[in-house]
Amino acid sequence: MEALRMETENLTVYYGKHAGVRGVSLPVYDRTITALIGPSGCGKTTFLRALNRMHDLNPVVRVEGRVRLDDEDIYAPGVDPVVIRRKVGMVFQRPTPFPTMSIFENVVAGLRLVGVRDRDRLREVAERSLRQAALWDEVKDRLNEPAVGLSGGQQQRISIARALAVEPEVLLMDEPTSALDPISTQAIEDLLVDLKEQVTIVIVTHNMQQAARVSDRTAFFLDGEMIEFGPTEQLFTNPTDPRTEAYITGRFG
Amino acid sequence: MNLRRRYLRDRIMVAFVYLGTLVVLLPLGFILVHVFLSGVGALNWDFFTKPPAPPGEPGGGMLPAIVGTFVIDLMALAMGGALGLGGGVLMAEYPEHPLNRPLRLVANVLGGVPAILMGLFAFVVVVLPMGGFSAFSGSVALAVLMIPIIMRATEEVLRMLPWELREAGLALGLPRWRVTLSLVLPAAKGGIVTGLLLALARAAGEAAPLLFTAFGNSFLSFDPLGPMDSLPLKIYVYAISPYEDWIRQAWGAALLLVLLLMVTNYLARRAVRR
Amino acid sequence: MKARLYGKLGDALFTALLVALALGVLGVAGLLAWELWVGGAPAFRAFGFWGFTLSSEWNAVSERFGAWPFLIGTVVTSAAALILAFFPSLAAAIVVAEYAPRRLGEVVAYLIDLLAALPSVVYGLWGIFVLVPLVRDHVEQPLFLWSAEHAPALMGLLGPPTGIGMFSAVLVLALMILPYASSLARDAIRLVPREQREAMYALGATRWEVVRRVVLPYARGGIFAGVVLALARAIGETMAVTMLIGNSGQLPYSVFGPAATMASVIANEFTEAEGELHLASLLAVGFLLLLLSLAVNLIADFILRRMSVGEGRK
Repeated sequence: MEALRMETENLTVYYGKHAGVRGVSLPVYDRTITALIGPSGCGKTTFLRALNRMHDLNPVVRVEGRVRLDDEDIYAPGVDPVVIRRKVGMVFQRPTPFPTMSIFENVVAGLRLVGVRDRDRLREVAERSLRQAALWDEVKDRLNEPAVGLSGGQQQRISIARALAVEPEVLLMDEPTSALDPISTQAIEDLLVDLKEQVTIVIVTHNMQQAARVSDRTAFFLDGEMIEFGPTEQLFTNPTDPRTEAYITGRFG
Repeated sequence: MNLRRRYLRDRIMVAFVYLGTLVVLLPLGFILVHVFLSGVGALNWDFFTKPPAPPGEPGGGMLPAIVGTFVIDLMALAMGGALGLGGGVLMAEYPEHPLNRPLRLVANVLGGVPAILMGLFAFVVVVLPMGGFSAFSGSVALAVLMIPIIMRATEEVLRMLPWELREAGLALGLPRWRVTLSLVLPAAKGGIVTGLLLALARAAGEAAPLLFTAFGNSFLSFDPLGPMDSLPLKIYVYAISPYEDWIRQAWGAALLLVLLLMVTNYLARRAVRR
Repeated sequence: MKARLYGKLGDALFTALLVALALGVLGVAGLLAWELWVGGAPAFRAFGFWGFTLSSEWNAVSERFGAWPFLIGTVVTSAAALILAFFPSLAAAIVVAEYAPRRLGEVVAYLIDLLAALPSVVYGLWGIFVLVPLVRDHVEQPLFLWSAEHAPALMGLLGPPTGIGMFSAVLVLALMILPYASSLARDAIRLVPREQREAMYALGATRWEVVRRVVLPYARGGIFAGVVLALARAIGETMAVTMLIGNSGQLPYSVFGPAATMASVIANEFTEAEGELHLASLLAVGFLLLLLSLAVNLIADFILRRMSVGEGRK
């Protein structure tokens, strides 16, 4: 059994008065991939964004319950969201390269924040992160070109490299391949499996095959609640809840 | 970790941007309060009903300027509205028309031409040939000022309507002109009215284009071919005059003008909401 | 048959009407430039285009006219006003679009729009009776007296402490373009996609770091284009400047002293112009003002096109 890296306890997220996520308790194990699946609007993205306090940016959203990272409650008073987000990185649905920055500057943007100026160190980290994101060979000769000149799949891997550069403990991914073509999707899925050697991944996906292919454990969300959680294989082959079964056999969603 | 330093910078910048905002807003407060306090005393019955007293004599009012403001601005709105709407509709509804490229250029360029040059233009093309200053020439100057505003607003509003609206009409067998007149324009009515009112508000505050066109007139006049007065013009003339009572009335006129503009802007906002 | 006629004839008439109106718009714009050029031609002919533009003598009695003092006056006052206005307007835009809670942001944005709608003459009136005495008594006189005592060499540079002059004109001009520049910057900042901000937050950035490294760079095209448009606005601004700048036909030689801009000299002298050449010279100044504002507007357009990122272009 792997060690516990993150854990939510009775997590509820309110949008105004409406609870978008209700009472979810989910363990996230170290160096594994946890997939969150469910139909649109089921709260899986909302849940994911609670894991690195992204909801703090939206004043109408309120989070209740506990989220522990290495046994520390990230919503406890005095805990700084800036520090948490450094430990828990995020990759978004659409590639988000910073358009005014070069490929290199994009990847080291997180290091620049903390004031790393040492050229050699920055280069080293950029190379390592780009290699991790399986992009080094494609861009190593044009690191100073704008990142927006790359293809969509490459841009998404830039976003991944950028998130990896700050060496997060956990990487949250919000449907990272939904805006990409099948070949780029394949490349990123391969990448994920390699990445879990180094980092814990929680991935929201709309695509059940993707969850089945890459993840170790899967949580099924429906209507703001977590219906079922378990090893991926078990959840897909032998779900305990009839609603899970209905979903994975394609009867709705 | 230098987190503390980063937060310090974060806090300092919060202070800075709010301070900057204060620098922007405080003068507004000062100006509005001052205009109100200095102007409210001048607004009496005479102010609205009497023509100005002869220079140096106290009393008198702003009637010619108030009437003139409405006459000049409404004539301008009629002219500028027609041309601006025509251009805007052509740009939005006939995107394939060859005139659109120059029209778009003109809409951009004309919007950047200083208002005083509209006055010079109207002087040369209206005042000189007609042999004298006139309200009409002032309206021409203000109309030119309004054209790009109305044109751009109209085009923008029409473009926001879904293209399916036109297709639905055409599919019913309506000719294109009926589609534009009976479907598109009614659907965009609120936005178009907003554009017209904003252009009106913009022009109504201008004195520069009227200096050598409408020129000003101390007597009540409804003759569009003769000189006519206007509130912004009167504020300028009174403000640089040496007479205390005129200066007092300049503040009154400023207050009245600001109130009129605020009402116009409010109506413009309301029109777009419907 | 009848329906066809109704459709075809109607379409023909309707497009003819629209085209006529559109031609009217084009005609007005073309005529505006043409008439200013023709009206100013006698002056350009008498002194030469560059002779007129670069000569700094403006004398109605000797009938020698040159636009240089006004060109300089326009550029100096506008640029100075823009420098004063830049940071506060950007700060207000950042507050409205990024920092303030929604309601406060709306209120501030509304007030800024209101400020932008105040007529030039009202700023001028306020300038004459509130700002000028303030500047005279609390800025110019103390400075002037101080320099008289400690640095007499500076006195010439400062100019007469009357309150009326370039200094006051620049202050009012800055106040007037603040809301305009701010609302353009606000629009540019609002075009920055939310994902961009979130991506930076997710790297562990503070709010200022997000603004500084993501929002402002992304919006730079719109912000700088807005700044240049505000400059264009300042260049053409007439009434308030005319009321405050002191209207001197000489090159501005001092900070507090009187000067004139192209717009202010037209406003001030046009109705009193005697003699064909004086009138033509004022029209020629108008033509130069037209060229200058067109050039500045084109620069704004160019900046918007060249510096914008992504779909940020309007």
